[in-house]
Amino acid sequence: MGKLFDKLYEDIRVREGLKACMNCGVCTAICPAAEFYDYDPRQIISAVQMRDDETIEALLRSETIWYCGQCMSCRPRCPRGNTPGYIIQGLRTLSQRMGYFVESARGRQQLALKRTIGENIMKSGYCLVPRNISPDLHPEQGTVWRWVFDNDKDIYARFTPSYGREGAGALRRCSEATMQELHRIFEVSGGKEFFDDIERYSEQKAREMGYNGADENYMMDVFTQNTLAEE
Amino acid sequence: MRRTKWEEYQKDIADDKYYYARSCIRQNFFPGSEKAFLDILRNDLGKDIFDDPLHTSCTGIGYHSDIVPFETIMTVVARQFALMHEAGYENFTSSCITSFGIYTEILNTWEEFPETEERTRENLFKATGRELVKPKSLAHTSDVIFHLRKEIAERMKRPLVNALTGEPLRVVEHIGCHYAKIFPKSGIGGSEFPYVLAGMIESWGGEVVDYPERRHCCGFGFRNYLVQANRGYSVANSQKKLESMAPYRPDFIVCNCPGCSMFLDKWQYTIAEMEGTTYGAHGHGIPVLTYEEMAGLVLGYDPWELGMQMHAVDVEPLLEKMGVEYDPSTKYLGPKGKYIGKPAAAAVNCSAGVTLYDIKK
Ligand code: SF4
Ligand code: SF4
Repeated sequence: MGKLFDKLYEDIRVREGLKACMNCGVCTAICPAAEFYDYDPRQIISAVQMRDDETIEALLRSETIWYCGQCMSCRPRCPRGNTPGYIIQGLRTLSQRMGYFVESARGRQQLALKRTIGENIMKSGYCLVPRNISPDLHPEQGTVWRWVFDNDKDIYARFTPSYGREGAGALRRCSEATMQELHRIFEVSGGKEFFDDIERYSEQKAREMGYNGADENYMMDVFTQNTLAEE
Repeated sequence: MRRTKWEEYQKDIADDKYYYARSCIRQNFFPGSEKAFLDILRNDLGKDIFDDPLHTSCTGIGYHSDIVPFETIMTVVARQFALMHEAGYENFTSSCITSFGIYTEILNTWEEFPETEERTRENLFKATGRELVKPKSLAHTSDVIFHLRKEIAERMKRPLVNALTGEPLRVVEHIGCHYAKIFPKSGIGGSEFPYVLAGMIESWGGEVVDYPERRHCCGFGFRNYLVQANRGYSVANSQKKLESMAPYRPDFIVCNCPGCSMFLDKWQYTIAEMEGTTYGAHGHGIPVLTYEEMAGLVLGYDPWELGMQMHAVDVEPLLEKMGVEYDPSTKYLGPKGKYIGKPAAAAVNCSAGVTLYDIKK
């Protein structure tokens, strides 16, 4: 048994999700990501269960582990009780801990997720807040969202007494004390360290790629550049 | 066969005294639905439900985008449970399917790997001084509405029936993957025959539409939507569902999950703008409702008080079918009746003139 496999197997989700795969392909048949990308969860499970470190390292550096949409449609359907979606979660976590994620274009997108969703959580206590869903970055949200965005205070006031303010209700502001607890949780449980690792590895890679560090240019490029044709 | 199947997957849902956990996505895009849920429970059905100003996001979108580690989200969830206990409640109800999936996954993980519960308990205490007490029952807010569907039917003002023809409305229900695909036993009807929304629709006079891609994902795909470069995945999956359901001519779509409600609505806007394709009658999109909005209409709530003006696909064609008396001039009002302008026209609603109303005219 290899060292990387051991590391991967420390993840409870991998232990729960990896029994014995018989390569039947049911997961791939149901998988929405397999339909859209050149992606095959069956192959990933099959590769991981070989427990070969070289193969696992190649996966950690690859584009392929970043395609899954984590819908978990594969979980109830696998006749052997595997959960390909869980194995993917384990691979992605390890890829970030080891710094391999920056070796693939899709992996590098983790910085964009950390800087958007991650920072929303640390600043507001929510994964998203209306002021951060800019209509320019979200044209698909359409004309109605632009109207909501431009008139947010008036519109939300109809449904919540506490938009951006403390007190019960939708989109209330989380109190200072609550935010401190949340930050402490991230420190104590490894969430902060994980965020810092994403930043550190991205910074190194960005310089290597000729950017002036993981700055706004690098961030916007990983957020917007569709590299599907090259992958 | 269907009946016996869904009945195999029952779960205990508390009758009263709920602790309410809000949803990041629902409160952003459907704040009227969260308000309606609380109003229906408290005012129509006389239930006790606690809206706690202390809880945070479960951080689930971060978790499923792989930036929040499992240990961290377990501790955040443990804090929500601790808050519930401190407030004197033991029936946890979550307004979000992503959160609900996470709560079920975490409770099951703690069951199966008790050392993870211990470590979480320690982390929580160290970080906040709070003590983890697990809930007696866990329900998604739609489970609660399902549980109370007959009481709602007794108070029904507008059944899900076409007011002109007297025929039941044809409804597509979309469950949301994380409701029961992670733990089939945690959802009413399991993952293959989910009955949570179908049960509401049938109790309130509508007819459930079956179609090939009924169980397919809406296409959120977390990083596949959240990173702009990947959004083709998301719209392609919604499109697959819309193409599959359109020939069955549904009157509306109702969703379990706030994310799915948003995607099936907003991607219709996008597809109409990009390709000129619409999936409903008369060149119009198919209205997409949350189950709170559906329950609210059934109970006689005003559609604009339910927040249905925040949808990309106009709901007026459905309101007219149901015979809902609504005031078009109050659609785009802010608090105290102030007119705040209206959204620009969109192809999914045919054109500005057809369905958008200008109070000044
Ligand atoms: S469905 Fe299960 S057994 Fe079949 S290929 Fe996928 S993981 Fe292996
Ligand atoms: S969880 Fe991932 S691998 Fe499984 S069906 Fe969904 S997209 Fe495919």
